[in-house]
Amino acid sequence: MEKPVPVRRDAGLREDGVTEMNTHVAEDNIREGVDRETIETVQAMAGKYKYGWETEIPTEYAPKGLNEDIVRLISEKNGEPEWMLDWRLKAYHRWLEMKEPRWAMLNYPEIDYQDQYYYARPKSMAEKPKSLDEVDPKLLATYAKLGIPLKEQALLAGVEAPEGERKVAVDAVFDSVSVGTTFKEELKKAGVIFCSISEAVREYPELVKKYLGSVVPQSDNFFATLNSAVFSDGSFVYIPEGVRCPMELSTYFRINAENTGQFERTLIIADKGSYVSYLEGCTAPKRDTIQLHAAVVEIVILEDAEVKYSTVQNWFPGDDEGKGGIYNFVTKRADCRGDRAKVMWTQVETGSAITWKYPSCILRGNDSQGEFYSIAIANNFQQADTGTKMIHLGKNSKSRIVSKGISAGKAQNTYRGQVSVHPKATGSRNYTQCDSLLIGDQCGAHTVPYIEVRNNSSRCEHEATTSKVDEDQLFYCRSRGMDEEEAVALVVNGFCKEVLQALPMEFAMEAQSLVAISLEGSVG
Amino acid sequence: MALPQVKQDALAARIAGLSLDAKGWAANARATAAERLAAQGLPVRRDEYWRYTDPSSLTKPEVSGAAPDLAPSFAALDAVKVVFTDGVFDAGASDDLAAAGIELLSQADADIHWAQGLYGQLEARGQNPVERPLATLNTAYAREGLLIRVTGKAAKPVSVIYNQKSASSDVILHYLVKLEAGAELTLLESGTPGARFNTVLEVDVASGAKFHHIRTQGPDAERRGVTHIFAHIADNALFKSFTLTAGGRLTRNEAILEITGDDSVAHVAGTVMGDGKDFLQDDTIFITHASERCESRQVYRKVLKNGATGVFQGKILVKQGAQKTDGYQMSQSLLLDEDAQFLAKPELEIYADDVKCSHGSTSGAIDETALFYLQSRGVPKRRAQALLVLAFLAGVLEEIEDEAIAAEVQARLEDWLHGLTD
Repeated sequence: MEKPVPVRRDAGLREDGVTEMNTHVAEDNIREGVDRETIETVQAMAGKYKYGWETEIPTEYAPKGLNEDIVRLISEKNGEPEWMLDWRLKAYHRWLEMKEPRWAMLNYPEIDYQDQYYYARPKSMAEKPKSLDEVDPKLLATYAKLGIPLKEQALLAGVEAPEGERKVAVDAVFDSVSVGTTFKEELKKAGVIFCSISEAVREYPELVKKYLGSVVPQSDNFFATLNSAVFSDGSFVYIPEGVRCPMELSTYFRINAENTGQFERTLIIADKGSYVSYLEGCTAPKRDTIQLHAAVVEIVILEDAEVKYSTVQNWFPGDDEGKGGIYNFVTKRADCRGDRAKVMWTQVETGSAITWKYPSCILRGNDSQGEFYSIAIANNFQQADTGTKMIHLGKNSKSRIVSKGISAGKAQNTYRGQVSVHPKATGSRNYTQCDSLLIGDQCGAHTVPYIEVRNNSSRCEHEATTSKVDEDQLFYCRSRGMDEEEAVALVVNGFCKEVLQALPMEFAMEAQSLVAISLEGSVG
Repeated sequence: MALPQVKQDALAARIAGLSLDAKGWAANARATAAERLAAQGLPVRRDEYWRYTDPSSLTKPEVSGAAPDLAPSFAALDAVKVVFTDGVFDAGASDDLAAAGIELLSQADADIHWAQGLYGQLEARGQNPVERPLATLNTAYAREGLLIRVTGKAAKPVSVIYNQKSASSDVILHYLVKLEAGAELTLLESGTPGARFNTVLEVDVASGAKFHHIRTQGPDAERRGVTHIFAHIADNALFKSFTLTAGGRLTRNEAILEITGDDSVAHVAGTVMGDGKDFLQDDTIFITHASERCESRQVYRKVLKNGATGVFQGKILVKQGAQKTDGYQMSQSLLLDEDAQFLAKPELEIYADDVKCSHGSTSGAIDETALFYLQSRGVPKRRAQALLVLAFLAGVLEEIEDEAIAAEVQARLEDWLHGLTD
């Protein structure tokens, strides 16, 4: 049966003998070797910030502004015991005496901390749903639209997941509350606790009391202290001794309500010899007012345990003129308390108008290991000041830093990092590589490393380079028929390869396409 | 923002014994510097820029430090000798300055002097974005120094020789060098200026001019000093500064270079040998690229032993439009024992896209395999260590262009190294 076939690139074999390639391809828009699905996926991504929509859902707010009553209110809404409230109030009073740090290479107007809502939750969440079946379908739809699977039944039945695909347990946080956590039962069988932090405060007070604030103390820094006072929700993970977490854990943060700050707190405890891989994703609607996000992540790693923490941060970066966007002030720290403990931070920072974030490793145990892999992309008017701290306290501790910063448009991108080797941390090793790539002559790329070596048996190496996108590579890609933006995206993905490889598979795919989207409009 | 009380107090105590020279062509520059200083106060340990070096012994009013017995570094070279003993010009030991076109700051009393619009100007420009109050203090209170203006290629290098006799001399010297278009000068410095010293060298390098600066510091036990170089570099020009440092308690060498003309080259380099808990040596560099196709290099190597501390704070700033900049920065240290430490902050700040900037920083012990190789060839361990240390440090001497001077510095380096590796 004769069917009209799509005209392909091998059209040179047509009867009329016309050999040009370009003229006729457009009608169908399909190139050789590229199937329709890929093209549709790419087109779907082409809308710049893809997650800028808003869910219309009745939301209840705490009164605007911050005072002791708000702190009490948040604590009450979470049904917290007295000790937790005291802990928050202590942090709040400390915060009142602190000054906002301004040492970062970030230029932003004064933040009015009284002009924010510190608590917002969908009305339907007033009564905590007992299972995902009871969750407002609108919320579930929000996550479905974001591509976050909250339908564990379907996954379990194998309907959506092809054979062999890894399962990921998700804790979904919407504005100030946790919507639901999937695969709880299955995790419980393995002894793993994965729930919202508010639930953990109620159900596992001993663990929370013991570890909360032990890595990032209440008075650590301005933003961490603010978080300690007003954090509303977040995730809690406990992996018992010797357990390898049967699936990857993931938290998905969504800011939906306007003028609302999100202050989530994550606490991960990996007991002796355990292992967990944890993923974090975040998005927010497009708005032209700024929104505040000040999170704290604490990770405690005991002897022989290993934690991998991967983030794809894609908060709304503001529009092309630099209006709006999320101000992202995050304190993340892992404490390798036991010998041979290991932590690996991987981050892809593409969103936020302002990024202030330094995931750190305290390498307290002997032979402990810390790794930090980062891609930070700043386009348009975005500003990022990000990096890591490697504090070597244990003997033979090892750390590795690979940071790739990309600046385009009028953006400023700073790597700020510290490697500190204490006198007793003999035989330690650090390797740092930070590369910056500049696209266009209006942006900036900066490197501010601190290297402090206090004994001689440790070796530290630091390398940094700054360059622009290689013209030869671009030319090659163009000569193969790529348009300029595709070519830049490919070259930049190549530049970031080492970091992308450190990400879990699914994240790596998402990150690659994010790299392309974030750079849209930066060339030409 | 109001100046913190501790900075005000430090300043008041420090300048109590000093007086401003209110006469002559430099009076204005001194008075403005004093005003700037009042707004800055003196540095304290809490300042980010003094993160690794405690400035208190450089700022406190009391001074003490036994005079060393040093052999001059560049004695064999044919040069115009200028000798300062405890900061005072020693005419008897010096060559004829007038014949070489050199003026003493204290005796340059012309009403309208070429230096009038320049004295303190480069220093003032170098106060942004980071304040350097000790240099401001120098401009305001320096009573002695040299004014050198070069039009062609200088026939001989100018060799400044310092002698310390008093254990309580507190020396402030200010140098101003102006190289007119196409001129060339080599400036040498050696010896210890005083029990404590503060020197500022302002260099204006005009189009096509070349300036070479080579200095040795030490090897003395008690030296406490801070030096600043402020250079302004025009197009097609060359600026090179090299410092060899050994011994002393606290030495902070700052270099603030601003390249404003196209196609110029600026290098700063140093080798450092530090021994003992009391030793701290700090190189703080800030190079600004404001023009196209310029090259800058920062190369520092330090060998540290017995709890000595080496500090390197280097920065390359590439301004918008400074395309085709080639910036390079390398700081390395060799730690000879468990107590030695190396603290570094190598920074890049870049606002132009078509640039090549890189920096590296390493620190560690002597390479055991290299040591083993030499020993397996019959070289005794100590000798092998000394060889490896020498090889590590001597690499930087390539930064000195003049072969005779480089040989002289290498001889000093080898001499002084004996004390460290034996």
